[in-house]
Amino acid sequence: MKLLNQSLKYLSISILAIVTVWSVVFYISMLNEIKSSIDEGLENYKRIIIEKAQTDSTILTKRGFDESFFTLQKIDKARALSAKDQYVDTIIYMQDADDKAPEPEPVRMLITSFEVKGQYYELKVANSMVEEDDLIDELFWDVVWLYIILIASITLINNVVLKKLWKPFYDFLRQLKTYRLGSTEKLPATATKTKEFKDLEYAVNTLLQHSISAFEQQKEFIGNASHELQTPLAMVINKLELLLEKEDLKEAHALKIAEIFQIVERSVRLNKSLLLLSKIDNKQFFDNQPIHLNPIVNQTLGDLEEISSYKKLKTTVSETDELEVHLDPTLAQIIVSNLLKNAILHNYGNGTVEVHISKDTLTVRNTGKDQTLDQGKVFSRFHKTDATTSGSGLGLAIVKAIADLYGFPVRYAFDKGVHSFSIRFSTM
Amino acid sequence: MKILVIEDEPQLQNSITESLEKENFLVETAADYHTATEKVFVYDYDCILLDIMLPNGSGFDILKELKKEGKSGNIIIISAKDSLDDKLKGLELGADDYLTKPFHLAELNARVKAVLRRKNLNGKNSIEFGNTVLDLSERKFSVNGKDTPLNRKEFDTLNYFLLNKKRLVTKTALAEHVWGDNTDQVDSLDFVYSQIKNLRKKLQRSEADIEIASVYGVGYKLVEK
Repeated sequence: MKLLNQSLKYLSISILAIVTVWSVVFYISMLNEIKSSIDEGLENYKRIIIEKAQTDSTILTKRGFDESFFTLQKIDKARALSAKDQYVDTIIYMQDADDKAPEPEPVRMLITSFEVKGQYYELKVANSMVEEDDLIDELFWDVVWLYIILIASITLINNVVLKKLWKPFYDFLRQLKTYRLGSTEKLPATATKTKEFKDLEYAVNTLLQHSISAFEQQKEFIGNASHELQTPLAMVINKLELLLEKEDLKEAHALKIAEIFQIVERSVRLNKSLLLLSKIDNKQFFDNQPIHLNPIVNQTLGDLEEISSYKKLKTTVSETDELEVHLDPTLAQIIVSNLLKNAILHNYGNGTVEVHISKDTLTVRNTGKDQTLDQGKVFSRFHKTDATTSGSGLGLAIVKAIADLYGFPVRYAFDKGVHSFSIRFSTM
Repeated sequence: MKILVIEDEPQLQNSITESLEKENFLVETAADYHTATEKVFVYDYDCILLDIMLPNGSGFDILKELKKEGKSGNIIIISAKDSLDDKLKGLELGADDYLTKPFHLAELNARVKAVLRRKNLNGKNSIEFGNTVLDLSERKFSVNGKDTPLNRKEFDTLNYFLLNKKRLVTKTALAEHVWGDNTDQVDSLDFVYSQIKNLRKKLQRSEADIEIASVYGVGYKLVEK
């Protein structure tokens, strides 16, 4: 849920509560206000009636509420003296202009008593009140409208203001999403004076700088380590070669030395691959020039012919177009030969290798293990499908590293026993 | 033939010296920049193996000095640095070849001999062994004067063996030399065996008195019968 909507959710709930409480309070206080205003009127009315009663005795005989809202009734002295003025809410039957029959109407009534010429009377003065039902109804819809208008305006304001306020944040987020360690040169930055965002930028960039330096150190370390290993490996290899040439070597010893020699050679291969990877990662190849891949593919297949014919593989190349790409020539050669070597190596006897070259894609399909490879791991370093092969497990990782360097998408697919690797030589 | 090995790593220096002495070269050594400059300017060598990273100085400086004196040529750089820039810089400064560590002794032999042959080319550009002759300029192989056709890779293989007569040629060294970098990660070098088998058949059929002997499963050796 977006921040904007979340804040709206909380705002609308709390505003609903506030408006509800407010409307109840408002209703009560308004009712009180109305009553006290009516009461004042009734009080005034009472005074006029009592004054009139002193002079006009006809009033004293008024028994029912008809054209004027008061009644008089004789009462005895004791009751009159003990009675106090009281205001009550009651109902009397009245007929409005639009009513067919008298209807009960809520009224405010003042009951009081007074004395005229030694005679005590009880006076009831009434005034029609607002109907509470109508008031509540009216007020309810007012409140609903108020709520709707409030929420609508808050949504609008939120949308405009929050979007504007959070813009630096979203800008920053977008930069972070596209940030790639080691390939994005500029650190993400925000153009804002907002303290929180500045703090965020500072914290993220500090973290990134740590990562960058760790990343650089790691790259440098791999490069240096494999570089430093070259000389000792050279010493071992050469000494073993000389040892194997010794005339007086016993056969059994010689075979052991031969085994060691092969292990050392494997380390040499591994080290060379690591060195190559670290060079690719460090962007030490960048002599980009237009290159035609078709002749490279055919040339490499020719170079590998003995290996593929030893495994009795059937290799076919189909070219629908000339594939021209802007690339470092060494890397172009490595991509092609690693893909082809992979297809030949992980094949079985009498299998097939199909190479397809189109305007922008190189696809290598080969028969092999009847099982799909793990999409996530097939290009990762040192990932081997089975432990028996003495391959370095870096061939495809190198292909991926080169492709990543140029932003070319690499795809792996498996269908009916055929593994397919393809590179599209164009950035999206 | 006098060869100077400029290499600061004593173990490596020993191996190189031992290997080159087996080929009957006269080998001298230098382990640091000063000894190296002293020797190269005082004596003449048919070939110099030069390490780039030396104590007290860089091999490139030695190359520069030699170029100034007009004494460059016959220099093979042996370096742990496998960068194109270094290679180009070395070759520009007059080095003949660039060999990256680790290397096979057979490969070093082949490179040294190639440099020497270029220098001492006196019309004859062929290698003889037993009753066979490998003509490098015509790319022809003959046994007892009779032409024996070889394909490109068989020719290169035999050439490599002839540059390393009676020496161990490991399968890897051979594969890298003949098939190039593509064999880098090939886990099985069995294909080399099938190639050798073909070559052996051709040698046998043409009644050559040389043969390719197996060495403990790691490589081969070209010997006279």
